[in-house]
Formats: sequence, structure tokens, C-alpha cells
Amino acid sequence: MNIIQNLPILVVIVPLIASFCMPIIGLFRRRYCFYLTLITNFLILIFAMLLLNYVINQGEIHYYLGNWEPPYGIEYVIDHLSAFMIILISFIAFIMTIYSKEDVENELPTNAPLFYTLFMLLTASLLGIVSTGDLFNLYVFLEIASLSAYTLVAVGKKKDALIGSFNYLIMGTLGACFILIGIGFLYLVTGSLNMADIALRLPSLYSSHVVHAAAIFFVVGLSIKIALFPLHVWLPDAHAHAPSTISVFLSGLVLKVGAYAMIRVLFDIFTVEFFVNTLPIAEVLSWMAAIAIIAGSINAIAQKDIKRMLAYSSVSQMGYIALGIGLANTPGIMGSLLHILNHAFMKGCLFSAAGAIIHKYKIRNVHQFKGLGKKMPYTMAAFSIAAISMVGAPPFGAFFSKLFLALGAIESGKWIFALIILISSLLNAAYFFSILERAYFTKLHDEEIEEAPISMVLPTFILAMGCIAFGVFMFILEPFLRDIATSLL
Amino acid sequence: MRRVELEWIVGRYNYLIFIALALIGFYAMIAKKNLIKKIIGMNIFQTAIFLFYISMADIEGRKAPILVPGVEEYVNPLPHVLILTAIVVCVSTTAVALSLIVKIYQKFGSIEEDEIMEMMK
Amino acid sequence: MKMDIISIKPILAVLVSLMAAILIVVFRDYRNIREFWTISASIIKFTIISSMLPCILTGNTLYYELFSVLPNISVAFRVDALGILFGILASFLWILTSIYSIGYMRSLDEHSQTRYYAFFALALSSATGIAFSANLLTLFIFYETLTLSTYPLVVHKETPKARSAGRRYLIYTLSGSVILLFAIILSYSIAGTLDFVNGGFLSKSTSITNLQILFAMFIIGFGVKSAFMPLHSWLPSAMIAPTPVSALLHAVAVVKAGIFGVIRVIYFVFGSELLLDMGLGMALAYFVSFTIIVASLFALVQDNLKRRLAYSTISQLSYIALGVALSNPNGLMGGVLHFVYHAFMKITLFFCAGAIYVVTHKENISELNGIGRKMPITMSMFFIAVLGMCGFPPTCGFISKWYLLLGSAEANQLLLIIVLIVSTLLNIAYFFPIVLRAFFKKPAKQNGIEEAPPLMLIPIIITALISVLLGIWPDAPYSFFHIVRLMEGYI
Repeated sequence: MNIIQNLPILVVIVPLIASFCMPIIGLFRRRYCFYLTLITNFLILIFAMLLLNYVINQGEIHYYLGNWEPPYGIEYVIDHLSAFMIILISFIAFIMTIYSKEDVENELPTNAPLFYTLFMLLTASLLGIVSTGDLFNLYVFLEIASLSAYTLVAVGKKKDALIGSFNYLIMGTLGACFILIGIGFLYLVTGSLNMADIALRLPSLYSSHVVHAAAIFFVVGLSIKIALFPLHVWLPDAHAHAPSTISVFLSGLVLKVGAYAMIRVLFDIFTVEFFVNTLPIAEVLSWMAAIAIIAGSINAIAQKDIKRMLAYSSVSQMGYIALGIGLANTPGIMGSLLHILNHAFMKGCLFSAAGAIIHKYKIRNVHQFKGLGKKMPYTMAAFSIAAISMVGAPPFGAFFSKLFLALGAIESGKWIFALIILISSLLNAAYFFSILERAYFTKLHDEEIEEAPISMVLPTFILAMGCIAFGVFMFILEPFLRDIATSLL
Repeated sequence: MRRVELEWIVGRYNYLIFIALALIGFYAMIAKKNLIKKIIGMNIFQTAIFLFYISMADIEGRKAPILVPGVEEYVNPLPHVLILTAIVVCVSTTAVALSLIVKIYQKFGSIEEDEIMEMMK
Repeated sequence: MKMDIISIKPILAVLVSLMAAILIVVFRDYRNIREFWTISASIIKFTIISSMLPCILTGNTLYYELFSVLPNISVAFRVDALGILFGILASFLWILTSIYSIGYMRSLDEHSQTRYYAFFALALSSATGIAFSANLLTLFIFYETLTLSTYPLVVHKETPKARSAGRRYLIYTLSGSVILLFAIILSYSIAGTLDFVNGGFLSKSTSITNLQILFAMFIIGFGVKSAFMPLHSWLPSAMIAPTPVSALLHAVAVVKAGIFGVIRVIYFVFGSELLLDMGLGMALAYFVSFTIIVASLFALVQDNLKRRLAYSTISQLSYIALGVALSNPNGLMGGVLHFVYHAFMKITLFFCAGAIYVVTHKENISELNGIGRKMPITMSMFFIAVLGMCGFPPTCGFISKWYLLLGSAEANQLLLIIVLIVSTLLNIAYFFPIVLRAFFKKPAKQNGIEEAPPLMLIPIIITALISVLLGIWPDAPYSFFHIVRLMEGYI
């Protein structure tokens, strides 16, 4: 059973080592990089499933780095929430590796090894963020993830991606620096960096201004990372101009891991009592989230480029997740967690499908989608499933996440948020259904089937199946999510 | 209303410097149009944070945290270690940023943000 | 003794057409096998649902819980009298509509037939799901899937006009769903449950004003599909769909699903007692009277035959709402009987309209001079259905109207009786001219008899004859009458 106990660190080290080996392998044969990535990601997926199984049956795993006991050493904690995020990250990473084969050949024909190096580094750091139980470790992995993300956005062929990446870098670093200041403040007053330890020492210090300042720095810094309105301005450029694989990763995972960090910091370190009663952080967060939901959707309707539209849609959807955090009750958190899962799959599927369309036909403008339903039936079928799920139609997944969020809003007496959630479904329907209408119900002259390559269509389809599955199989997910929510509160 | 004593301001001069530097760096990152100046601002901001951490580690009368025979008392070494890591992060970020700027200059021919925005339209 | 019997038959009924949809897509290149799936699915579905009938007639209900979503909310199915009424109606008429569709589609050599049949099957799945829902959540889930599965059918023609009609359809129905979902969530937060209970589950736990607003939201939410004015404009423009779609869906499945929701809300969410306490029963009755009259007036001026039938449907749906809102036994009887009888009569009328289009490619009434001579059987059936719509004995339309009048009289609502009488006169005013024009005006050229193809003609004859049969012998064993009798316990 030793391997299970070591899994928390293995899940980070293995992709890290793979990432270091990648340039060397790339010197021999470029093709081998892809296979190394595939094998590594598959291995991590196995680890993730083992972890999930263990955590559900037997409880948390604590791993001390170098056998130094906390609070002196760095501790890695895998609890239900971490296991949930780990399996999400590893699954999407694996699926997108399959997708990346064609995409990378298209976007960077000569530099594939470097792409895969950064790709594995990104995966390793995302996994590190969700596994760690030490605050500074969180910051370091957050920065590694961000750096890999900045670079990956810029490696494609588009030159617009460069300035998008630069803006992302500036704002991301700002966010990380705020988080660092927050960590510094917390260390100043508690003398510890271990999350559980700080949580123990903090309650007696709630009235201290330093703690208040720390909380605010954390919230602002993390809000930049999750692109909460009005700190979202880096997102449209970065997500829209990145290579398609990276868009999926950014919208689907990097943002979510930021949300995970926010949940950890707000619920585990500063307990609910603090950020609801002592400081009105929850209020502000929920209102900003509500504005994000509406503003993101309205902006998305105005876009003509498909990836920019999907990027603004991400801003809106992160608003849902932030709203659930801000509501701070059981249905609210369940809704957030479920939406983290659902949105990763839905937006992943949408960006993959968009990538496949761009790869095959070089079409980015929504108005040119006419007749795509017949030309690329499988891709558009997956796109439709994900789009209908985004709108929140039952029995697909996002309906349930919106349902939980609305219930949470009503439970805390703020029915205006429930109304905003439901109305935003209409806004989502506006831009998604117009695409579907153009794709399926508008005739084009030639309509032979010319699909994207199977390595791109298959992952898209799997992600779409995920959207359906999480709706239909809610009854399996629900008790699990309820456990996480109650343990956080 | 606390009486703001001179001691109170002068005694905490490290925090005041931190705030001043941080604000300068922050301003440069946001408001300057030249990309290099933004990076300089970023570095100033991050250096301010490093100063903050190191200054909070200082204990009066103790020595620098390097093991030397004969010295018994050291300042708190933990923040120093953290800052070593943070400096590495800062340097990597600067490296990425500078390489991006080189590429941007190659593709766009300018490193002024507003000119680049014009070209992107 | 009334019991809840556990049975998976409700789920089977829903799943049959889902499987059919998948098979239809798989066999898209083999026309006859594809059509075989549609027909056999409809027959199997009808068989499953009818097999539940004897059990229901003895006063029991069939129940099955699929899974639970939240404490006290689950996705569950219950078959009771009201549910099985809708279920039998929809599935039986699907058999006939499928036969008719095959005739229609093949005669016109329409495009995208696979998409048509597949989404039609999905729409029937959703309608069955609505009929057999045990709580508001399940109902809402299937209500939404009904909207989504009927959208491609509305936009079938793929012309700009069809797309615009589809957009309007979506905007109206999705907006209604948003309000409906909000009302459902509020109900859950008030009552802690969403299960349908005879007599309502919303007690007076909040103020009367809150309950009145909640009721209004429910009516608006369901009112879009029930085409209450002013939420009705999607229906006439949706007539751009192929006629079988208009016949089954927009005369029977979709719009009746809306009214079904209204009935569930009145009797199973609020309860007739609560409704009386809130004074909303009569308010609803007067609200829909507006639709009854005004829709008939609109029908008078329509030249397009299907649009005239659409406005007639809008008017007739509010008859049902009127009867149900009266909350007395006769009114309920009249409303629910009209739910069934109107379906048969209106589907006959739409079938005839489709037959006329297939043979002559004419859609407007002004072009239909002398069509009775060209298509005598079709137009005779049309005439029978018209008699039913206007409430003449011995058709079934007479029976439902009679009960509605009795109910209004019992509730001492003279105004409602006047509304019913006036609208009957208007019905005659907009239906009879069509018949007169068909039989007594000379056509442009005499061409001899050219009837609709048999696949279309036979369903027309069947539905018309059933309309008469139900009128002559309403309480035949196992007929709808007996089912409706069971509902007297709702008051």
C-alpha cells in the first residue's frame, strides 16, 4: 500500500520529470514527445482514480515532504475536494493530449517538444496546486502554472497571441503578487505557512486589521486569476488567440484551479464565519459574480469570432462559480463544484469543436458557420450537446448546477440572484442557438461530409458525452458533492 | 482615535517603504505604455514584496541567517528561504516577459502598447 | 383502496420512443425500416400505456422513483387518471399521425425526413414524460426537452421564414420556462417538496399575496405553451411547420402539455380549496375568457387555413382552462373532456388541411372553391369535425361544451355562459364558410375527383369517426369518460 501513500507527491513529480525529459527526447525524435506525454498523462489518470477510490473509502491522505512534520515541513493533503480536482485535471489533460496531436502539428510544426515540455509543466503545476497543504507551496505552483500558461498562449502562429499573452502576464503576475502579500501578512501574524495550522490560529485574530488586509489581498489576487468581473480583461485576448488545446486548458482547468484556491483559502483557512460576518467579502463576491454573469453573456452575444465569444462566455460561467462561493451555503457550494466539473467539460468540448472547425476550414467568424451541421456532423453534434448544456436545459449537466445555485440563492434569501441565474440562461441561449440555427438550418451549396481528423473529433465527443453523463448520473455525484460542501462549511 | 506618534511612523519605516515601492511598481505596471517599463514596474513591485518579507524576518540584535561558528542567535531564516524561491519566480517571469517583448517587437515593430493595439485592429 | 403500485411501465413508455429515435437515425438510409421503427414504437407505446389503464380505473396509481436529486426532490413517475388520459391520447394519436406522416412526407418528397421522424419520436417521449411526472421537477425536465425536440420540427423547411418562426418559438417558450423554473424553485423553498399531491402541497405557509404572485408566475410559465393571450403569437407563426407537426404537436402534444401543466398546478400544487381562498379561480376563468373571444375574432380574418385553425386552437385551449378554473365537478368534467375531444376534432381538421396541401398545393381558404367536389371524403370528414368544434350533437364536441355550460351555470357565472355562447357563434362564423365554399362554390376548373393518398386518408377517417363515436357512446367501457369520472376526487 505504499504507493497509495506516496501518490500525492507522485502525481506532481511524474509529470514534472516527464517535462524535464521532454526536450532531451525531443532532440532525438520529435514524435516521441507526443507518446511520452500520452503515457505520462495516462499514468496520472490511473493515479487519480486510485486516489479517488482511496479517499472515498478511507479518508484523507497526508504526505509530509521529506518526512518533516508539519507545521515545519511542507504537507500535501488529499481530501475529497482535492481528489475531485485531481481526477478532473488528469482526465481533461489525457483527453486533450489525444487532441493535441493534430493541433500541435498544425500550430507549431517545428517546436513540438517545447510545447509538450510546457504542457507537462502546466499539468504538473495544476496538480500541485490542488494537492498541496502549504500556502507558499500553493503560490509557487500557481506561478509555475501561470508561467507555463503565459508561454503556451504565445507559442502559436497568431501574432495577436503575443500581446494577449503579455497582458495575461502582467495581470497574472499582479494577482500572484497580491497573493504573495496576503501570504506574507498571514505569516506575520500566525507564524505558520501550513493551511491547517493557520486555520487553527486564525480565529483568535479575526479582529486584527492585518488579517482583514490579508483576506482582501487574497480575494483580489485570486479574483484576477479566475477572471472575475472587472478583473477579467486579460481573458478574451488570451483565450481567443491561444492554440485550441491551450484554450481548452485555460478555460477548463486553469480558471477552475484558481476557483479551487479561492475555495480553499476562503473556506478552509478563513472560515465561513469570517468572510460572511466579519468582513462582507461574501456579499461583494456574490454581487461581482452576478454582474460577471450578465456582463459576460452580453459581451458574448456581441462577438463575431467564435473563440472570443466562448472566452466571454467563460467570464460569465466563472461568475456562476464565484456566486456559489459567495453564497456560502450547502446548495451554493454544491452548485459551484458541480459547475466546475460541468463547465470544464462543456467549455472544453466547445473549444475543441471550435478548434476542429478552425483546423479544417479556417473559419472563425460565426456568420460563416452556415451548413456546418451537414459538413461536420460529429463535431457539430458534440458542439450542440455542449451548447444546449450551457444553456441549462435538462437533462444535461449544467441544469443541475444552475438548479443548486438557484436553490442556494433562495436559501440565503437573495432571490434576485436566482433570477439572474435563470435570466442568464436566456442570454446564453441567444448566442448559442443562433450558431446552431446557422449550422443546422441554413443551407449551403455543397454539403459533402468533410470531418476533422479523428484525433480531434474523438476527444470532443468524449467531452460531450461527459456533459450528458453528469446530468443523467447526478444521483451518483450528489452525495459526494454534498459531503465536500458540508465538510467545507 | 490613536495618537499618531512619531515613533509609530519611524519605527515601522520598513512597511512604509514597502508600500511606497509597491505603489510605484504597481503604477508603472498599469499606467505605462512602454512594455519594458511595465516589466520594470513589475520588478519594482516584486522587489518591494521581497523587502517586506525580509524586513519582517528581522529580529533586533541578531545576525544574518548563515551558519557561522561562534554565532548563536540568528534572525528568522524562513522568510529568507521563501524569498529565495520568490526571487526565482520573479526572474523567470521577467525572462518570459522579455522574450515575449522581443517576439512582439519582431512581429509588430513597436513596443508601445497603444501602437500595438492600433495594429491589432 | 387507493394504493401506489410500483411499476416501471411509465419509464418504459417514455423510453420506447427514445429508442425509436436512436434506431431511426441509425437506419436513416433504409426508408422502410426507418418508418417501421416509428410505427412499431407508437404501437408499443400505446400498448404499454393502455395496459396501465385497468389498474388506474380501479383507483390506484402507478409509481416509480428514478433517483433523488435533493432531499425531497427526485425524478419520479406517477401514473394517475389525469396522466393516463394525456398518455393514451398522445400515444394513440401518434400512431395515426405516424401513418399520416409517411403519406405526407412521401407524397411531397420532403427533405431531412430522418431528422423529422427522429425528433418527432423524441417529442413524444417528452410528452409521455410530462404526462407521467410525479413532481414539478420531472415535469419541468420533460417540458424543456419537449421544447428542444420540437424546435427542429418547426424549422424543418429551413427557409428564412421558418427560421424566424423557430426563433420566435424558442424565445417565447424559453422565457416561459425561466419564469416557470423560478416559480418551481420558490415553491420548493416555501413547501420543501415538489411532489404532486391531490389537493395541493402549498398550504398557507406564506401570505396570500405571495401565493397569488406564485400562481401568476405558474400560469405565465405554462401559459406560453397553452397559448394564453398575450403569450400566443408563437403558435400561428409555428404553422410554417409541416402539417403533421402542426396536427399532433401544436394541436395535441405541445399545447395540451401546457394546459396539462396548468391543471396540475391548479389541482395538485395549489389545490382547489386554496384557489378558492385566494379568489383566483374566477380570476383565471375571466383571464382566459378574453383569449376565447379575441382568438375567435382573429380567426375570422385569417385566410391561411392553418392559421385560422391555429387561432381556433388558441381559443379552444382556453375553453379547457375555463372549465378547469371553475373548480366544480361539471366544469372539471367539461374541461378535461374537451382536452380529449378537441384533440380528436382538431387533428382531423389539420389532417384535412395537410391533405388539401398535398393534392392541390393550396394553403389559403380563398383558393378552396369547390374543393369538396375534388376531395369529397376529405371534406366530409372536415365537415364532421367542424360540427364537433361548433358543439353540435351527435359529435363529442357537444358533450364537452354541455358540461362547460353546466359548470358555469353551477358557479353562477352568467358572464361565462355568455362568453361560451358567443364563442360558439363565432366558431360557426369562421368554420362554416370554409365548408360552404368547399361544397357550394364553383371551382376554377373542374378536374374530377382526386383524393388524398390512402395513408393520409385513413387516419382522417378514423379520427373523424372517433369524434362521432365519442359523442354517441361516451361511456363505452374503458373510454375517456370513465377516466375523467375518477377525477371528481380532485375537487
